[in-house]
Formats: sequence, C-alpha cells, structure tokens
Amino acid sequence: MSSPTGGVVKKEKVSVPFDYNKYLRPNKLPHIWCPGCGHGIVLKAMLRAIHNAGLNKDNVCVISGIGCSSRTPGYVDFNTLHTLHGRALSFATGVKFANPKLKVIVVTGDGDALAIGGNHFIHTCRRNIDLTVLVFTNATYGMTGGQYSPTTPIGSQATTSRYGNIEPPFDACEMAKASGASFVARGTAYHTLELEKTIQEALEHKGTSVVDIIDACPTYFGRMNKFKGASQMMEEIEKDKTVSVKQVDKLPPEKVQGKMLRGVLHKVDRPEYCEQYETLVMEKAKAK
Amino acid sequence: MADKKKKFMQGNEACVEGALYAGCMFYAGYPITPSTEIAEGMSVRLPKIGGKFIQMEDEIGGIAAALGGSLTGLKSLTATSGPGFSLKQECIGYACLAEIPLVIVNVMRGGPSTGYPTGPSQADIMQAKWGTHGDHPAISITPAYVQEILTETVRAFNLAEKYRTPVVVLYDEIVGHMREPIVIPEKGELEVIDRVKPDCKPEDYFPYDDKYEIPPLAPFGKGYRFHVTGLNHKKDGFPTNDSKIIEENNLRIMRKVENHKDDIWKNDEFMLGDAEVAVFSIGSTARSARFAVKQAREAGIKAGLLRPLTIWPFPDKAVTELSKKVKAIIVPEMNLGQMALEVQRVSKKAEVAGIHRVDGEPINPAQIFEQIKRFK
Ligand SMILES: Cc1ncc(C[n+]2csc(CCOP(=O)(O)OP(=O)(O)O)c2C)c(N)n1
Ligand code: SF4
Ligand SMILES: [Mg+2]
Repeated sequence: MSSPTGGVVKKEKVSVPFDYNKYLRPNKLPHIWCPGCGHGIVLKAMLRAIHNAGLNKDNVCVISGIGCSSRTPGYVDFNTLHTLHGRALSFATGVKFANPKLKVIVVTGDGDALAIGGNHFIHTCRRNIDLTVLVFTNATYGMTGGQYSPTTPIGSQATTSRYGNIEPPFDACEMAKASGASFVARGTAYHTLELEKTIQEALEHKGTSVVDIIDACPTYFGRMNKFKGASQMMEEIEKDKTVSVKQVDKLPPEKVQGKMLRGVLHKVDRPEYCEQYETLVMEKAKAK
Repeated sequence: MADKKKKFMQGNEACVEGALYAGCMFYAGYPITPSTEIAEGMSVRLPKIGGKFIQMEDEIGGIAAALGGSLTGLKSLTATSGPGFSLKQECIGYACLAEIPLVIVNVMRGGPSTGYPTGPSQADIMQAKWGTHGDHPAISITPAYVQEILTETVRAFNLAEKYRTPVVVLYDEIVGHMREPIVIPEKGELEVIDRVKPDCKPEDYFPYDDKYEIPPLAPFGKGYRFHVTGLNHKKDGFPTNDSKIIEENNLRIMRKVENHKDDIWKNDEFMLGDAEVAVFSIGSTARSARFAVKQAREAGIKAGLLRPLTIWPFPDKAVTELSKKVKAIIVPEMNLGQMALEVQRVSKKAEVAGIHRVDGEPINPAQIFEQIKRFK
C-alpha cells in the first residue's frame, strides 16, 4: 500500500515467495561485475527488500549514475534510468518531484555520490525528498580501474595513490545526517540479512533515506592493498571494522574504537519535499 | 476583446507565457543573469496550475532534474545564461542520445567566463551546436521580438516533443530584457504538439525502435518498465558493444534532424526580392539590420534582410540560394564571426562581410548601413 508520495504506510505480510526472476531481467545477464565483487550481494539485498516492502514493479524507478555499481538498473525489471556520473540524484529528484507516486531508488557508487555528485548529495538530503539512496562504498573508483575515492582510507594504495592515500575519507552517514536526511543507515555486503532489513526500512521511510553500504572491490582495492581475495576483504573490512549500533553500548571501548557503526543510525520525522510543495506552495499559489 | 489579451512585457516573461502555452508543467534550474526572470516567472505560475518548479543547487542539477521530469511525461524547461549553459552541456548530449524532449533557454550574455553578466552577446551560437561532446543533432531557435519569444518558445517545445530531442532557444540579453506590447494567443490559436506515446502492449515496447523514425516515448510509471541510458544502446534501450548497432544508433539520432530540415527551418525575409546586398542576422542585431535596410532603400540601395528563426540546423538552403542572387551578404553579430563562418561555408558567389562586436554594446543600424553602402 503506497501513500501518494510512494512511502509505504502499512506493512502487509507478504505471502508470495521471493522469486529472482520476477525482479531481474534474466536476458540482460550475465552482469559486468567481477567475480567476488560486492555489488551483486547488494543487488540481491535490494531486490529482497523491494519484495518484502510489497512494492509494485510498475511504480518503482531505479536510477543510477556512472560506475560499476551504477550498472545495477540495467539488470532489474523496473522503470530504470542510468544517467551521468554524479547526477543520479538530480535526475531522481526530477522524476520523484514530477511524479510523487513513484517509489524512486537511487543506486550510486561512493565516487558517484560523494565526489562528483557530492553537492547533489548534500542538497538532496537537505530537501528531504522521498528518495532511497543506496551508496555502494567500495573505497575505490572501480569502473575506471582503481583510483582513490572519497572513502579510500588514509595510507591505502590506489592507481593514483601509489605512495599511499593522504586524503581523509568521508563518512557518508555523518554527511547525510548533517545535511538533513531523515533516515540514515549503514550496512555491509557481509551482513546480508541485516542489509536486506535495513534497505526495507529505508524504503518504508518517508523522506530522504540514505544507506551507506560497505562492499568490496577485490579486483582493484583488494589486489592493490594485498588482500588475498574477496572473502578476506569481507572479513577484515566489512565484518571486523564495523559494529552494530545495537551492540555498541554493551561493548568495551577498545572493541569499538576505529570501527564504523552498522544499522539505523538516524531516523526522524521531517517534512518531505513533495508534500511540502503540494500542501504549502501549490495551495498558496492557487489561493492567490 | 483583443485589448484584453494585449500585454506589455519583457522578453523573458514572454518566454514563460510561451512555455505555459505549450503545456510545460516542469521547471528546474539555477538563477543566472540575464535569464533569471524566466525562473522567477515559472516559480509563480507553475504551482497555480499543478505544475512543478524547483530551484536546484546548480545548472547541472537543473537540467538533470528537468530531464527526469520529462521522462515521467511532463513537458520540461530549464533556462540559463552563458556559464550555466556551459555546465549543462554534458546533460544536453545525454538528452540527444537518450532522446528525451527538453527545452533549454540560453539568454546570451557577454563571455567567455563570467564575462559581462549584464551585457548582451550572441557568442553562444557555436556552443549551441557543438557544446556537448560527440556528434549529435542540434536544433536552436533564435527569436528577435518579445512576441516572437512567446511563439518561438511554443515552437521549441513542439520540435522537442515531435523529434524527441533537446531544443535550445537562443536570444541575446537585449531581447530578453526588452519590453514590448504583445498579444497572448488564445488557446488553439497556435499549434501545440505532444510527444507520441506507445499504444502497444508493454512487452512489445521498444523505446528506441528503429522501425520508427522517431520512436514513441512512454512515461515512467505507466507499466512499460523500460531502460534509459547514455551509453550507445540497442532498440530495447540496453547498452551494446556491437559496432553496427552503435553506428546505426549514432546515425539515426542525426537523421531525425537531417531529414526534417524543411520542417525545422524558419526564416523571416525583409525586402529580399530584388536585393543586391543582403544582411543575415538574428536577435536584436537583426532589428538594427532591418532599420539599416530601410535606410538603404531610402538611399536607393537595393538591400534586404534574411533573418533565420532557426539557426541550427543552419539554414544552408536559404543562404546558398541568396548567395547566388546578391553581391554581398553582410553578417552583423555580437561575436567574433561565428555565424559569418557558416554563411561563408555555404555561400556560392556572394562576398561575405562580417560586422563583429564584443564590447557589450549592441550593433547599431548606422554600423550596418555603412557596410551596406560599401557594396552598392
Ligand atoms: C563526467 C565524468 N567524469 C569521469 C567519468 C569516469 N568515471 C566513470 S565511473 C567513475 C568512478 C566510479 O566510481 P564509483 O562511483 O565509486 O563506482 P564504482 O565503479 O566504484 O562502483 C569515473 C571517474 C565519467 N564517466 N564522467
Ligand atoms: S572493478 Fe571492482 S567494483 Fe567494478 S565490478 Fe570489478 S570488483 Fe566490482
Ligand atoms: Mg566506488
């Protein structure tokens, strides 16, 4: 059951079993991703979350920028829009604002969302327009071959930081929260079930919901930083360097230090942009 | 009766009237002199009729949001000036390849860079054609009167919808800020074209079906669930590496304009019939030229004016024909020779002489009259 602005108001028990073929475009596979790439795991979580949220495929629009992660829309059977590097959020703002009945999901890389699209990211959050933004944070520019990104840790190797990265990384969640997003969460490709639930909660939230998803690029970040493979990256980065927000209070400080929080980090009710426009701007304009 | 519809307004305000007349329901942009009145006007008018106005964080966001709006089926507009027009270029190429109807207004100010924000220019003519990378179709409309900004904005929407492509409306700051009495046309008086939507079953829909010259475009959210990308794509909209299909994709978008030039071209001729000296000019400069032509006629010189209202595709045919009949074609323009170069390219016989000005001042009739006299 969708509200006029696409936010799901009531959770209905979904009795239909999940079927990949219902949501994928099987004839567009195989995908372009490397073996071990985390993006496929995130795709799976996204589809299951869409299913569990009970969304109608005709009303879902998946929009991306450019990057390995941004190839996601091509594989999924919704209204899909693969735009320009960094601009997914602007196209999405246009689609959502023009037709608030659509449930708009943005799939974007850490470079796409936080570097070239950083300004759109800030202002999307500030407007609190009803979009769900999934940031695939793999700490690199996968598509262009492993240059450092705005989430690459200090000291890391990349094809453009052969002497170690000296730029401090962004925390996408902190930025989203500070900019005004009313739902901010983090997940990882390692914690798949948790991620699925987090994305579902994001989809069911009205307003800008941002989920920062830590996943691995074994091909570039992994190889350049001497990881043995995808599983080691998942263990050491996604599992060992994160801690659930639900456990953090119970853990001693040394077990928390230097770790990123997972789970829903921020959730508030704040007026949503399309609704504000309809109830304030349009009504006043018509009365005048 | 007619008086009731008569209004005194600015060029940019007439642009708003034209957009609304054409059925525009979505505006996204970023303020910039000398185009801002268009955004301001749309912000007041659109919400009254259920339309959407949004001020984005920059011009790239503006055009990108407008393209998103267009994909949901709403006629969309974005307006800007020089620096903003530069920022929009990547998205213009996207609109060309993804075949998304959109109108972009560029009220030309002095450049390059921040240049002369409050001064007029006509120096974005080449940018309107070549600004975005790669070969692509280009349609640009060049009104010269406040009334014409209204009617030509309607025509710009019609062409965008008909050919599924972005259309640029180009006029200089003088025309944009000039106030003139105009008549707001009654509903039905001007032709309004809407894009063709598919009537087939969703499973039979191809958004880039090459069996059509201009394939129908479904709005998002109506059951068609298609894919749009800025990568070269097949008829189903999905990317391809097949060189044959890439070539066909690139050529087909060009043909949409190439094969329909006669429909897209529009020229205004003044005293050209027996002219021996012609002036070729657009925008406010063409208004000076018209005055100069009259002066020349009074002085017994057979002068005339060819004023294109479509500058891209360039009016090759009209200029070539003209060049066979006249001794000279004078091209006054507020830039260093962008149009003169094109006129030269297609002229067969006539001498081509430019008058160029980049000091932020208009080209006045006397300047043009002086040139005309040289060729009498
Ligand atoms: C305007 C522009 N600049 C640069 C590029 C080249 N480019 C393509 S993808 C990309 C980075 C992608 O990184 P990210 O968004 O993190 O996605 P990932 O591939 O890592 O999933 C870059 C720099 C481009 N396509 N467009
Ligand atoms: S390059 Fe990296 S991000 Fe891109 S598909 Fe391969 S593993 Fe994934
Ligand atoms: Mg990345």
